[in-house]
Order: sequence, then C-alpha cells, then structure tokens
Amino acid sequence: MPKNIIKVENLNLWFKNKKILKDMSMEIAEHEITSIIGPSGCGKSTFIRTLNRMNDLIPTCRITGNIFYENKNIFSPGIDVTNLRRRVGQVFQKPNPFPKSIFENVAFGPRLYGEKNKNKLNSLVKKYLERVGLWEEVKENLNRNALSLSGGQQQRLCIARVLAAEPKVMLMDEPCSALDPISTAKIEDLMQKIKNDVTIVIVTHNMQQAARVSQFTGFFLMGELIEYGKTNDIFTKPRCKKTEDYITGRFG
Amino acid sequence: MRYKMRKMNWQKTRENLIKIFFEFSGIISIAVLAGIFIFLAFTGMQAFKEISFAQFFLEKEWNPTSYGNPQWGILAMLAGTAYISLGALIIAVPVGIATAIYLAEIASPFMRETLKPIIEMIAAIPSVVLGLFGLIFLAPIVSALFNINSGLNALSTSILVAIMTLPTIVSISEDIIREVPREYKEAAFAMGATRWEVIKKVVIPVSSSGIFASVMLGLGRAIGETMLVLMVAGNARAFPGSFLDPVRPLTANIAIEIKEVVSGDLHYQALFATGLILFAITFVINLASDIIIHKQLKKLKP
Amino acid sequence: MKNGRLAREKIIFTLIKIAAFFSAAILILIVFYVFIKGISVVDFKFIFEEVQQRDITKGGIWQAIVGTVYLGLGIFAVTIPIGISAAIFLNEYAPDTKLSRVIRISIRNLAGVPSIIYGLFGLAVFVHFLNFKTSLLSAVLTLSSMTLPWIITASEESLKAVPFDFREASLAMGATKWQTIKKIVIPQALPGMITGSILGLSRALGETAPIIVVGATFYCRGLPDSPFDKFMALPYHLFILATQHVHIQARQYALGTAVVLIAVIFIMSITAILIRYHYRKKKYA
Repeated sequence: MPKNIIKVENLNLWFKNKKILKDMSMEIAEHEITSIIGPSGCGKSTFIRTLNRMNDLIPTCRITGNIFYENKNIFSPGIDVTNLRRRVGQVFQKPNPFPKSIFENVAFGPRLYGEKNKNKLNSLVKKYLERVGLWEEVKENLNRNALSLSGGQQQRLCIARVLAAEPKVMLMDEPCSALDPISTAKIEDLMQKIKNDVTIVIVTHNMQQAARVSQFTGFFLMGELIEYGKTNDIFTKPRCKKTEDYITGRFG
Repeated sequence: MRYKMRKMNWQKTRENLIKIFFEFSGIISIAVLAGIFIFLAFTGMQAFKEISFAQFFLEKEWNPTSYGNPQWGILAMLAGTAYISLGALIIAVPVGIATAIYLAEIASPFMRETLKPIIEMIAAIPSVVLGLFGLIFLAPIVSALFNINSGLNALSTSILVAIMTLPTIVSISEDIIREVPREYKEAAFAMGATRWEVIKKVVIPVSSSGIFASVMLGLGRAIGETMLVLMVAGNARAFPGSFLDPVRPLTANIAIEIKEVVSGDLHYQALFATGLILFAITFVINLASDIIIHKQLKKLKP
Repeated sequence: MKNGRLAREKIIFTLIKIAAFFSAAILILIVFYVFIKGISVVDFKFIFEEVQQRDITKGGIWQAIVGTVYLGLGIFAVTIPIGISAAIFLNEYAPDTKLSRVIRISIRNLAGVPSIIYGLFGLAVFVHFLNFKTSLLSAVLTLSSMTLPWIITASEESLKAVPFDFREASLAMGATKWQTIKKIVIPQALPGMITGSILGLSRALGETAPIIVVGATFYCRGLPDSPFDKFMALPYHLFILATQHVHIQARQYALGTAVVLIAVIFIMSITAILIRYHYRKKKYA
C-alpha cells in the first residue's frame, strides 16, 4: 500500500434527521486515482464534499467521526478551512467557470493567495492552461469570457483553475457527466498526466470510467461503504454480492 | 510558521470585522424601517385617548378646527378614498389585464420589447406632473362632458389614478402570465383549441391568483396616491354622493392639514392616526399580494 | 363552426390589442402634451436664473433645480451605502431563519407604503424629535427612508440572481466568504444594483408629498448654504404654480417646470436601463 494522504474514521453525516453517510472508514492513497461508484443517492457526492468541508455550507448538516488530512484532523477547531480547501480542491459536476475572462479564471487562485506580479501571473496562467491542454485553443483569446467556451473546454478550464491553486488533492464530482465522449476522453487523459502531482478522488456514475482511470475503487450503497480495494479486484473478483450485482448491472 | 499564524488570525479578524460592518448596516436599516411604524403608531394611538374609535371611524364629520366643538369622523374621507381607488380599478383592471395578455401571449417579440418599457415608464412620471395634466387637460374635458362647473371630482381623479396603477398591474400580470408553462398550452392546442380559447381556458385560470395579486398591488398604490388627489379631487369634506362630487381622501387630508397643525396637539395626533390607518391598509394589501405572487411563482416554477 | 370560433378570436384579439396600444399611448400623450405646452417657456433664462417672487415670468427656476440636485446627491449618499450593505447582509450573512424572512418580507412591503406616510414619519422624527426643523437635511433623510426599501429590495434581487455555483466554486478554491463576495458576487450583481438604485433615486426625486410635509418652501432667496436651510425643489415648485399661484401665467410656468422635471427623471431612468442593457450584452461576449 502506498502512503495515505486522507484517512476517514467512523464518519457519520446527517442532513436534518436523515442519515446520509453511515460509519464510513477508508484511506485514500497519495498520487493515485481513487474512484467512488454507486447508484444515485448513495452519498457519493456528499462524501467527497465532506473531505474539503464544503458541507459546512449546508446549515442542517451534522457530522460525527474524524477525517485526517496529512495526519491533521480537518474538524479540529484550529484548522483553517480556506487553507484546507486550497489544499483539497474540487471540480464540480456542472462546469462552473466564473463569468470572467479565461485569464482571470486561472489567475483566481494565485491572486487569492496574494500573487500580484503580472509576469508571474501570466506564466502561471500559461503553465496551467498548457497542463490541461487548453493553451493552444485559447491563447489568442485569454480575455474572452469563459462562459463562451464549450462545455468540455469549460470543464478543463475549471481543472486548470483548481490546479493553479497547487492543491495536493483534487476532488472530482462526476466531472464528465455533462460532457460528450471526446471531451470525456480528454479529461481522462489529463487525469493520468497529473496524478503524480495531485491525488485524485473521482465520483462517477460510469463504471467503465472508474475501471479505466482509477487504481482504487470504493463502492457505496445507501450511505455505506460496501467494498473498497484495488480497482482491478473490485471489477474482476468482488468479495461482496452487492458489489457484483451492481457492476454486472443487476441493479442501480 | 508564526508569521503564517499571525496572517491567518488577521484574516479571520478581518472577516469578522466585515461581517460586523454588514450586520450593522442591516440592523440600521431594519431599525429605521421599524422606527417608521413605531413613531406612527405611538403618535397616532395617542389620539385615541381623547377620540373614541366609534367617533373616529363611524362619523362623517371631520372638522378639527371648529371652535369648541371639533369633529373627528373620517368616514367621509374613507368614502373618498374608496370612491377613487375603486373607480381607478374599474378602469385600470380591464385595460391592464388585456394589455398584459397582449404583451405575454399575442404580441410579437418586437412589439413586446417596445410596448412594455413604454408602459413601465408611466411609473416614472411624477404624480405631480400627472396632476398638472389632470388640471389642465382632463378636468376641463370632464366638466364639459357632464356639463358641470368643475371637473375636479372623483371621476377625473379615478381616471388619473387608474393611469398610475396601470404599470403595476400590467407589469406583474405579464410576468405571471409568461410563467405559465408551455406544456399546458400545447396540451390545449393539441386538442384543437384556438389561441383565444387557450388563453381563456388555460392561461388565465392558471395565472388568475397572480393577476389578482397584481390588482391588489394596484389598489395599494391607488389608496396611497397623494399628489393626484390633492390636485384634482376637489377636496370637499362632505360625504360624496356620486363620482361627479369633489372628494377629500385620507392622503389629501393629511397633506392639506399637516402643515397647519401644532406638533403634539390632538389634531396632529389625529392626522397621525389616519396615517397609521393608511399604513395598515396598504401594508396588509401589499403583504397579501406578495404572499400570493410568491405562492403562484412557486407553483409555476417548482 | 370553426370559422365562427376564429372570427370571435379575431374580434377579441383586436379589442385586446387596442387596450395595449391605448396603455402605451397614454404615456406618449401625457409626455407630448406637457412638452408641447410647456417647452415654450423653457429657455436659458428659465433654467439658470433665480425665481422672481413678484413676477415669475421675470426669472427662472434655478433654486428649484439646484434644490432637487442637492436632494438627489443627499439621498444618493445616504441610501446607496446603507442600502447595498443591508442587502448584502440580508442575502449573504443573515441566517435563513423565520425572523430574517419576516424582516425581508417587511422591507419588501415597506416599498409599497404611501409616500405621505414617510412624510409623517420624517416630520415626527427628523423635524421635531431630532429638531432638524423643516430643512434640506430633514427632506434628504425622509426621502432616504422611503428610498431605502426600494434599493434594498432591488439589490437583494440582483444578489439572488448570482448562481450559487459561482459562490461554491470560489469557496472550494479556498476563498473566504468576504473574498467570494468581493470578487465574485458583487461584480456580478453590481449592474443590477446600480440600475435599481438609479431607478429608486429617480422616483424619489419626483416625489412631492413627503417634501410638502418636511421641508420644501415655495420661495427662498438664493441657494441653501447648509443642510439646515430651507430649500426649493422642482416637484413642489410645480405643485404650487399649478394650484396656488395667482399669476396669470402660473400654469404655463408649471408646465415648463414639468418639462425640466420629466427630463431629469427620464434621463436618469434611461441611463439606468442602458446600464442594464450594456452589462447584459457584455456578459456573454
């Protein structure tokens, strides 16, 4: 087993009185891609939104248990949430670039953390747009509004925006569900290229995608972690009957 | 590391300071707005130490300056307010709703984009200008038409107040009508209904409560209108017998008398009491229509 | 059968169309009437010379114009910062509780309370209680109280129109709440807030009833030197000329004043609409 970057211990989560996540424990390996699969409403998205404390935004949310990021409990009072989110970035299901220029979108993180030098910003924007393979497509139009890009380009821009914050972990919440197959393939390639720099946790509906991109897979059902292990094992010799039913398409 | 800690603390402090600033301005606004009601209620209620509710609401005579025997009945003025606002609605409702239907369902996009802003601009005309228009243009026409001495009466005022309420009724009704989902209409078209039948049988019933609310909002504006009634209604204190009589609604009475009273005396307090009543009526009307509109929009846009 | 139904539809649609054109024609009728009748007295002298109390035809309406401009600047200075900050508080910081919802609904409904009521409030609080007397300051504060709910409501609406996605994305980048508001929410909501504020302000400047109660006078020599002075204003000047002045040409001059007042207000409204239009186009360019 490689080194763990995130460790989840006995995590329970409620919205109002409804229990969404039940006694979950899992460890996420550094520099690998971990995918979370499971039917709709099983708590996948809620789970990854807990890792960067985005669920704090939901007033009725209550959590017990511990999550350690680099051996520090992210729920402890001394933790700076903004710093945690900088380290654990997130890409959303629907591409959500800011209604600003392409340049400003990528520069958002560096500016936030105090980078004011124009040359430095220029080179950072170029670096991360190249990293996501968008540079050649947009280099003439960096001042164009990001909302004028296509859906696939917007999502890659969002990834560039997250990468420019230099996170250690990137959470991806069904990042391709709104995209066409070609854009999806581009993003999957991209994930392989960057995983040495940033650990990826991806939620996906698409089991082929999980099988293609990830080294580890967790199967969620009704808020419980049913099975977790090497992707290869989960898809070829699942230990649990429910997992087997799901991946062979018998329910879900 | 210590530097970083200090930076983090400063950021937290700054966030809190900013939050306190916004809270403060929110609370100031709320205090000012609550203060309006409190001052009005406080001063107005004092009038009822000396004037009984029955006298105030049920007697027709309002004559605070009559020496030795002041009269404090607002019934005639309430009637004036009622005449003018109902008269205005009788005119504005059919015209306004028809206009809203035209804009939402019949007009081409070009016509809609042209006419709607024009009609909404009516709301930008200061009522004192409309009053002037009434004095110079409308009142002579009304007096000639009905062969009466003066056109300064409830009818002329109703027409002008109708114009004032028109943009409210048109704009809100139109917004509501446009929210009727296309699927509803398509279902009716698919059964062979004509456009008018679709409007009558589907669009109007579905949006009726929102249209009703827009009319209520129009009513609220009509009741509160001051300058028009002050300039055109004739301002007689007698109980009005017909639309051709001059009237003095509550708002006009406040505007006429408030400058001549001494702060703190009974007359001053009684005018605040009429203000309090106006406030209560319009607030309740607005609140009710607000609730209806929100319910309607929730129903149409779940 | 079918023909009968279509004929009926045609008649009804014609009536509806007439109603709609009639509604629009009203505005045009009023504006044209006032302009054509009033424009003849509007000249350089009318705008830039002071009111001559003895004979209104010998002077202009300069004090009234300046008074209205002072009012506008005063209301702007009071309501824009307070109104926009209050809207930010209500929409971004206030927790979504029963109390905050009641407050929100109350503010929205205060926007519909008759202006004369604000006049009474201003009289009780600013003129008497705070002892500012009938003055420019009292009028500014009274009209500001009236404008505040409009501006808060309009600003809240444009803050609400900023999609939650943008806030979420910014927070997920590690931005603080204030950074998110400053960098994402306010730039998005600003055009709407500006438009709403200008429209509110232009409505306030046309209001007459409250300033009858708290401060305007028909005549004062020269311009106000301090906020505690009495002042003149266009709508009040118009009102007096139209209803209480004995000069034979008073109504003519009232119409001229109306032309100036309408011009001021329409220019402001159209500016507001152009700002909105400009930003709406730019958003997806």
